Amino acid sequence: MKHIVIIGNGIAGITAARHIRKRSDNRISVISSENKYFFSRTALMYVYMGHMKFEHTQPYENNFWESNRIELVEDHVNSVTPSENKLVLRKGKSLDYDVLIIATGSKPNRFGWPGQNLKGVQGLYSKQDLELLEKNAPNAKVCKHAVITGGGLIGIELAEMLHSRKIPVTFLVRESGFWRNVLPKPESEMINRHIRKHGIDLRLNTELSSITGDENSCVASVITNHEERIPCDLVGLTAGVSPSIEFLKDSGIETNKGILVDSHLRTTIENIFAIGDCAELREPLPHRKAVEAVWYAGRMMGETVACTVCDQPVAYRPGHWFNSAKFFDIEYQTYGKIHAEKTAQEEQLYWESEDGNKCIRIAFEKETGVFIGMHALGVRLSHMTIDRWLTEKLMINDLLPQLEKAAFDPELFDKSLKKAKAHFQQKMIKLQF
Amino acid sequence: MMNYGTQKNMALTGEPPVQLNKTQKLGTLTGLTGLFILLLATFNVQFPERTFWLSGSLVLLSAGILIFSIAAYKDKTAGIKNDGVWFKSLTSRGYLAWCLGIFLTLFYIVLYFYPSLLGLRENGVNTGLIGFFDPLSKFLSGNPASQWFVYGVLYTLAILTFGIKFILKYRHNRYEMIRTISVMFFQTCFAFIIPELMARLNSPDFSLPYYDLKNIWPLNYYNFDQYRIDSFISSGDIGLALLIFGIISILIITPVLTYFYGKRWYCSWVCGCGGLAETIGDPFRQLSDKSMFAWKVERWVIHSVLVFVVLTTTATIYSYLSYDAQKYWLNKDVFLIGTGVTLTLLFLLIWIYKREELRKDARYGALAYLSIMIGLILIHYLSGMNVFIFDAGTLRTWYGFMIGSIFSGVIGTGFYPIFGSRVWCRFGCPMAAILGLQQRLFSRFRITTNGGQCISCGNCSVYCEMGIDVRSYAQKGENILRASCVGCGICSAVCPRGVLKLENTKKSDQRIDPDAVLTGNNPDLLDLLKKNQ
Repeated sequence: MKHIVIIGNGIAGITAARHIRKRSDNRISVISSENKYFFSRTALMYVYMGHMKFEHTQPYENNFWESNRIELVEDHVNSVTPSENKLVLRKGKSLDYDVLIIATGSKPNRFGWPGQNLKGVQGLYSKQDLELLEKNAPNAKVCKHAVITGGGLIGIELAEMLHSRKIPVTFLVRESGFWRNVLPKPESEMINRHIRKHGIDLRLNTELSSITGDENSCVASVITNHEERIPCDLVGLTAGVSPSIEFLKDSGIETNKGILVDSHLRTTIENIFAIGDCAELREPLPHRKAVEAVWYAGRMMGETVACTVCDQPVAYRPGHWFNSAKFFDIEYQTYGKIHAEKTAQEEQLYWESEDGNKCIRIAFEKETGVFIGMHALGVRLSHMTIDRWLTEKLMINDLLPQLEKAAFDPELFDKSLKKAKAHFQQKMIKLQF
Repeated sequence: MMNYGTQKNMALTGEPPVQLNKTQKLGTLTGLTGLFILLLATFNVQFPERTFWLSGSLVLLSAGILIFSIAAYKDKTAGIKNDGVWFKSLTSRGYLAWCLGIFLTLFYIVLYFYPSLLGLRENGVNTGLIGFFDPLSKFLSGNPASQWFVYGVLYTLAILTFGIKFILKYRHNRYEMIRTISVMFFQTCFAFIIPELMARLNSPDFSLPYYDLKNIWPLNYYNFDQYRIDSFISSGDIGLALLIFGIISILIITPVLTYFYGKRWYCSWVCGCGGLAETIGDPFRQLSDKSMFAWKVERWVIHSVLVFVVLTTTATIYSYLSYDAQKYWLNKDVFLIGTGVTLTLLFLLIWIYKREELRKDARYGALAYLSIMIGLILIHYLSGMNVFIFDAGTLRTWYGFMIGSIFSGVIGTGFYPIFGSRVWCRFGCPMAAILGLQQRLFSRFRITTNGGQCISCGNCSVYCEMGIDVRSYAQKGENILRASCVGCGICSAVCPRGVLKLENTKKSDQRIDPDAVLTGNNPDLLDLLKKNQ
């Protein structure tokens, strides 16, 4: 019986633990200093908004861990000594392992802005960040104005959170539109409109230059790259995340941006693996990033590494890319490849509803007509169906007649895919495809 | 800087902007004025023009609720409106919730057991609140009001006004809007107006019982009581038609509709108890208990109630049937043996075809309960003693008291603000138990999950009024097929990633789809795991 130690109890680490237990009788320990029990990080926003209590974010009942013989260690790993197969913990003790899985996740980026360490400047990633936010911005009296910098997923979630407590928000976005590096222009503009509809002061093409503080080292205002000063009590730093790996500095485990792993998620040390946000693939998958800090990648790496650790080596080879998000009231789902700017090799079809709150985009190869990706705002799509189409390399002309099969909207809803289909088929005639 | 190490320090008691806007204050004032008039009437304040004051109070009450609701949602974009639910006292078991819960409970105790306090006078003119409603009752049915008439008016008004509030809240969701219009319609017409008008037809030689047509046995446990059967049979063809309708409702209509649509056709589209839970009870849906323990209790309690009602009804019908086989073909023996055979057949069919889908405790329970039923019938025949050991009247009285009054009324509705809005439907309703068995074993209905898109956030589980841990299925990519699911569709509505969908498709495959790895991961891994299973 091996002792498998997992650092980090997020979705990657916990998925690994659960699947190792399914497949073996090995001793499993999971270490975390964030919270004793696994919780859904993506749900933290709902705790602040009062949709849920913190305990609701914990997907398993507290006795689950004991009954599945997963030992929970509430501690922090200060360093790893691979030569002795030993971890040094903050509370002073050390822990021996036979196999180590590192799943320590990310931390919010801080790009060295002047004033970034003032009180009231924070990111939003961990439970502790949420507690800090509760202190920095409990209501509009304490926090009269907030500035968020970073036009991505966490930024818009933070804006929605603060908005729910009626705290006025200025949202600085470096690009010409929200999440413009991922969303094509019409989609990005749809979300821009939606953000503004909620009364958020959205500033496009605007970057944070510096943050100024008061005599108590609390944040007082931010200055933008347009030399404008915006008084505020909270600065949300949401310009992405990076792997949380400082504790490995002297361990001898090779790192770059994240912990470098091979196709089996193994680090440079034979019995040490890394999964989730903190892992960096030496050989990224085609069209994919070396570090993919998303929930789903973490979960799939956890599923995969569990096999390898239990002597059934499987390479990490996730299927077609998929992701999802919600921007205030508008849901987003994406499958396969949809480029923000259409490449020369592809053609794209776009449909938008009359009220401008829903849209669907499909991409296919210009030469061959092979379907390569699809995404939607305000319309739910079926993962299983589209995943199958991508695997089958379905031709666009075969796909369009059955487009409705990709619907996942609730019953009695407007048939958006039917409308989109009619629009796309006309467009195809124009394209003479 | 801060020490937030332990779970307990995780107070996160937010301060949401809960203050009411001006229009909401106006709505509150209007509604409370209406309520205050009713309160004055309860304490026997004599109003000169009762029709005027009664209409006035009901209009004010309704207008207040509507003004409040419109003010709450008009400045908000269409979408999920759960901001601050767990910060507000009323919706998170705070002080206001307890006050309301205690008030409602006391109201139900008075309503069920001390209607004279509300002014009911069996022989003579009603006074107080019930007397205040006399003009409306006389207008509709020609009779003076009873406590049930007053309750019926307020109940219907609650479903209508809070139904509109619910529609405003979920105006982005057509399933929720249409479903709510349906419960509003059935409550107003079937539960309220039609029975009142039917009462108008009654004369000394023609007397239909008060019959809410959508109220099906065993929810309507008294439907086959002797006085009702007598009354049906004595009312000619119409009466007989109603009696037959009552029987085919449970034996034919119910299983057919449940096969196609799941129990939701009844529980969240038609039923009055469900209607109240979905409208005025909506703010409390998140309070249901999601623990495994609660689920275990639920399975035992609700099926015990079902057995209790079958037993009671059998004993009741048996008690008034004749021994004489010449007079009616349905005599005591035929009925008892028929019941025994039907139950045994039902059990065998489930046992043979659906045994794999029953958990261990369900198998034990089914066996135990069948043995009790058959045992009682045998004891009756072998000993020649009084049927079922207990006297039919006593059984019937106890059922009416324990289940009909205490469980469905006092606990079921009185405790809304503490235990959530579906306590009765989940733990007590024998109709829901029957529909649940049908749904679990024979229905096309299921909630499907969308591949690998679940992020385990837990909104679905929190807002499930039936206490189903929806997330535990969704995060495994498993379809949800639970006896208790009433198909309200809120799990699907609150899901931020579009993962859940209510469906009734013909596909027999993937009813339950517990792939250990979800769509999106390595196809080889999927194969590998399937092979291992």
